[in-house]
Amino acid sequence: MGDTSRLCSVWLGSETGILKGVSLARKQAFNFCNTSHLSRDQEVRALCWGDPAESELLVGSVDGTVKTFSVEKGAFTETRRCGDPADGCFAGLAALGGSSGSALVTCADCGTLRVWREDGSSEPAAELDAGKNVCRMRPSPVHPHKVATGGKENGLKIWDLERPEKPVFAAKNLRDDWLDLRRPQWVRDMAFIPDSDKVVTCTGYHQVHVFDPSTPQRRPVLEVEYGEYPLTALSLPAAGNAVVVGNTHGQIAVLDLRKGLVRGALKGLAGGVRALQCHPSQPLVASCGLDRFLRIHSLEDRKPQHKVYLKSRLNCVLLASRALEAEGGVAGATGGAQDVKEEDDEDDLWETMERVEETPKRKPTEEDEGIEEEEEELQKKSKKKRKKGKD
Amino acid sequence: MDITEVPVSQDNKGKKKKNKKAKKKSVSQEGNGESVGVETKEEKMEKSEPAFPPTFSVSEIKNKQRRHLMFMKLKQEKRKQKMQIKKKKKKEREALGDKAPPKEVPKTIENQRVYDETTVDPEDEEIAFDEGTDEFSAYFNGLTNPKVLITTSDRPRGRTVRFCEQLATVIPNAHVYYRRGLALKRIIPQCVARNFTYLIVINEDRKVPNGLVLCHLPDGPTAHFKISSVRLRKEMKRRGKDPTEHSPEVILNNFTTRLGHSIGRQFAALFPQDPQFVGRQVATFHNQRDFVFFRFHRYIFKNEKKVGIQELGPRFTLKLRSLQKGTFDSKFGEYEWVLKRHEMDACRRKFQL
Repeated sequence: MGDTSRLCSVWLGSETGILKGVSLARKQAFNFCNTSHLSRDQEVRALCWGDPAESELLVGSVDGTVKTFSVEKGAFTETRRCGDPADGCFAGLAALGGSSGSALVTCADCGTLRVWREDGSSEPAAELDAGKNVCRMRPSPVHPHKVATGGKENGLKIWDLERPEKPVFAAKNLRDDWLDLRRPQWVRDMAFIPDSDKVVTCTGYHQVHVFDPSTPQRRPVLEVEYGEYPLTALSLPAAGNAVVVGNTHGQIAVLDLRKGLVRGALKGLAGGVRALQCHPSQPLVASCGLDRFLRIHSLEDRKPQHKVYLKSRLNCVLLASRALEAEGGVAGATGGAQDVKEEDDEDDLWETMERVEETPKRKPTEEDEGIEEEEEELQKKSKKKRKKGKD
Repeated sequence: MDITEVPVSQDNKGKKKKNKKAKKKSVSQEGNGESVGVETKEEKMEKSEPAFPPTFSVSEIKNKQRRHLMFMKLKQEKRKQKMQIKKKKKKEREALGDKAPPKEVPKTIENQRVYDETTVDPEDEEIAFDEGTDEFSAYFNGLTNPKVLITTSDRPRGRTVRFCEQLATVIPNAHVYYRRGLALKRIIPQCVARNFTYLIVINEDRKVPNGLVLCHLPDGPTAHFKISSVRLRKEMKRRGKDPTEHSPEVILNNFTTRLGHSIGRQFAALFPQDPQFVGRQVATFHNQRDFVFFRFHRYIFKNEKKVGIQELGPRFTLKLRSLQKGTFDSKFGEYEWVLKRHEMDACRRKFQL
């Protein structure tokens, strides 16, 4: 079990409670399940890395438990009770490293944000109320004790966990519209822009807002509208100044934050987008949603690169920081020995067969074939060039 | 003094092009200077058609009647050859007898269908669990009985009204209510309170039903279909008497993919789980190329092998436009599947249901 989990570079949580790991190099998906029988209570609502080394995953379920999954061992190691199902589903889950030991921050739908200590005590170390109907809570990657929350009729609020009484920044609603009616607000997802204090949010009224807490203006600094349907997920790519958003119709778009224009759309998704994540270093974005597929698009040419069918509706996605197509380091060495022998036999087999140009299928030796095909094409091109020169 | 011989044939050819009757004369001069293709053509045509250059096609003749005649002749020739080939093949088959190779199956779009990776494997545990605990589990476990509310868009016209009435006779325990301009989002909680399990809304456009919204009630998925080819009872030929109150059997054909499974279950949950075989009525939902055909028949077994069927009831075709999770909420609901208009253009052999 451990070796399969080490291969996976993409992790997904589904509605049936199964944690799925996908290895793109091998084009295989693995199911990791806690109990022998599944139940809808275990529906995974929140997923995050347990530590910066990415060896542990924290899985938050509908019934209020947070389970720790170890990537090395390939099994669930710990379960913690972090709230009642009456509180609502998890709006956010974050693990804080730091001098105080690793702590866990959870936020439920009813608004209670709790900080839990590592020692498994049943009482939270700190608790604060973030309003009602919180849809999402995200930690800041730069300042580990800052979190942002937002929800339906609950504007963006940035909290400092060391001073839990008042939010550091509370956003003001937009100006009343041309009929002098109050604008409804519904923050669905947010992200902290690196290298600055700004926060991007996407709303259920198909708007994307950028807030800047360092300025005295509490209203959004930039407003962009996209589409006609609620935007459900948001992610920031590694190259800055852009944001990727997805809506309930399965439309995913890349928006430019400098001027507020749509750069392009990513096609393919047929159902509502539940989660989006951009890779920290490569220009790739993973999307998952109600149509039961994991899709990976490239951000440069906006073309789909991978599409994996996973049989349940998917709620959250998490990418590993290493290159997605590379196999896991340790697993590569140990599992690689076996693979090499198989590959030798298979290489002989492939060489005896005719070479036919075809789209990449699910073969373990896909990478080798890809490289050989490229070499052939280069040779052909150089031959063509030589012929032209002669003329 | 150099006399270049102009072959006579060319002139003749020119003349023959213009004069229809002259074509029928056997032209022997054509042997010289003609390409092989034309000669073979000549051989084929017993009436010794004038040899046209191979680049000539029937469409270059400007005169419509002559062009038509030439085309008919071409077609006849082709048909003749086809019949000859067929006869030859049949003779060969008979000659071989048992050793003849099996008959080739013609390629159709259905049997060339691209393999869909979402096709449901009957032994898949995860999908079985997913279906066992989804919104229809209450119905399939026998806990609830279907109760259907049929309504239309506001101010329906005659055809739609009659369609709704006929649908209500086909689906047991169905009630038709007049819409009165009420908002669906307000009707839904009232239906739930009165224990309805389904809400059907028939949308009308220009006095003809053209859309169907099928909403499973406690909190179930909402499917939006486009209706076409509606045939009411009096428009059906050789139909039987009106359907009785017995619950019909349900046949669901060809719902193979995961999306197809969800839709198939939605249709199945419209009817009570135990059909009354006394009534000998059957409702069929047949999926082919992403269109769902609904038929309602009465059957009678004449002996063990022969069945007689009579079509009763309305007949219509549905095409799925979107499947939304949760009850009807077109603006803020989350969609599980949405029809994108030009999806079929990429590959004609790929279907969704």
